[in-house]
Amino acid sequence: MDGVKRTPLHDVHESAGGRMVDFAGWRMPIQYRGTLEEHRAVRQAAGLFDVSHMGEARVRGPQAIDYLQWITCNDISKPKPGRAQYNALTTPEGGFVDDLLIYKIAADDLLLVINAGNTPKDLAWLQEQAGRFDVEVTDESADWCQLALQGPKAVSILERCTDVELAKLRYYSFRRGDVAGASCIVSRTGYTGEDGFEVYGPADAAVGLWNAVMEAGAADGLQPVGLGARDTLRLEAKMALYGNDIDESTTVLEADLGWIVKLAKGDFIGRDVLARQAEEGVQKRLAGFELGGRRIARHDYPAVHDGKVVGRVTSGTFAPTLEKSIGLCYLPVELTEPGTRFEVDCRGRAEPATVVPTPFYKRDA
Amino acid sequence: MHPDDRKYSKDHEWILVDGETGTVGITDFAQKELGDIVFVELPETDQSVDKDGALGSIESVKSVSEIFLPVSGTVTEVNEALNDSPETVNSDPHGDGWYCKITLSNPAELDDLMDAEAYEKFIAG
Repeated sequence: MDGVKRTPLHDVHESAGGRMVDFAGWRMPIQYRGTLEEHRAVRQAAGLFDVSHMGEARVRGPQAIDYLQWITCNDISKPKPGRAQYNALTTPEGGFVDDLLIYKIAADDLLLVINAGNTPKDLAWLQEQAGRFDVEVTDESADWCQLALQGPKAVSILERCTDVELAKLRYYSFRRGDVAGASCIVSRTGYTGEDGFEVYGPADAAVGLWNAVMEAGAADGLQPVGLGARDTLRLEAKMALYGNDIDESTTVLEADLGWIVKLAKGDFIGRDVLARQAEEGVQKRLAGFELGGRRIARHDYPAVHDGKVVGRVTSGTFAPTLEKSIGLCYLPVELTEPGTRFEVDCRGRAEPATVVPTPFYKRDA
Repeated sequence: MHPDDRKYSKDHEWILVDGETGTVGITDFAQKELGDIVFVELPETDQSVDKDGALGSIESVKSVSEIFLPVSGTVTEVNEALNDSPETVNSDPHGDGWYCKITLSNPAELDDLMDAEAYEKFIAG
């Protein structure tokens, strides 16, 4: 298919029985043995994900921090080198150009990890905003492969492949080190709600990395995991998915991500809108809900209260760990209190829904 | 893969006929396409449905799929076990994962359906 990109692991997925689909311009495995089985493997043992479709932008220069402070809402001056931060590239209206992870290698050298489908848009935005700063922005998306190893067995599996002292690596910290013979960034982060790592390596080392980790985890029940379970895992942990739960039209505060909005850090793109919303309160907010039955509330299904459509479902799934149908939906703030009841119109059938506290799933510490 | 004792529709249902009774389900191909099935909406018994009429739906994590009756008939029995174990449709689509039983009102319509060989060719594209 013309224009659809392949990660360096494409053929490995095919020979592992991965069912390949087009996602955000990439040919990716949606599942191998099955979404539910892969989901449970991550919650109970470990799973390995190819997330090489994610984009990477490198920001270097004496004004790298000033520049990133201007284009994002979180305070990137705070983390020390060796720390990662969840952040958002904001629009002038306080919405999301994208959500991203920023790796602070040094104060003048940072790596931005952005969503695959947004990579061309983000790069154009990053370049456009870089004009008045002494920084250099480079698209490194093709240089990196990214594997995510997630689950309670992730530490013991990765230990067999790396010289990085994983026990000393705190949540949202990273180190450079050797993994299976390749020089990599090993980061204690993830998109599943489990302990685990994201490993960034040279694109040409991807196959060697994948095979080494799969082999190291074979006796621990490690399974390859596709995009299907990536979605059910992240939703149980209430992690936002760009294009579903957040986009340019939803502000960071409406998305219930107030913890990444640092108004005190100084001016930044979209600060006016976010400051006003912080002061006056938002009209609608992203809330989690459970459905009464086992039907799935899918993206864009209407949320109905007192006979009126009050919002739209942004994400919904059958949560394998909870064995419940769950979802996220922007609701008027007065309806976001846990326990509030409404209905989701599932293809003409009104299914009872209840607002619940999030995350839906939190692992035992 | 698809047993040759029954007939198949282009919507990926099968029907196994015994006298005037037909047992209906979805094919192995269909369950594989859907992936993990988490909810089965069963039809009402005594409901009369025309050929290709909607009976209910099957939801997987990935998507939701309508179930159509491949021939006209009246629903006589539904597979209640699927309420608690919808995953049976994945594990045994042509056996314990059956969907409903019907009394055929126009058995001649069976001639419009495919046999196993034709169905295999159909799904191979």
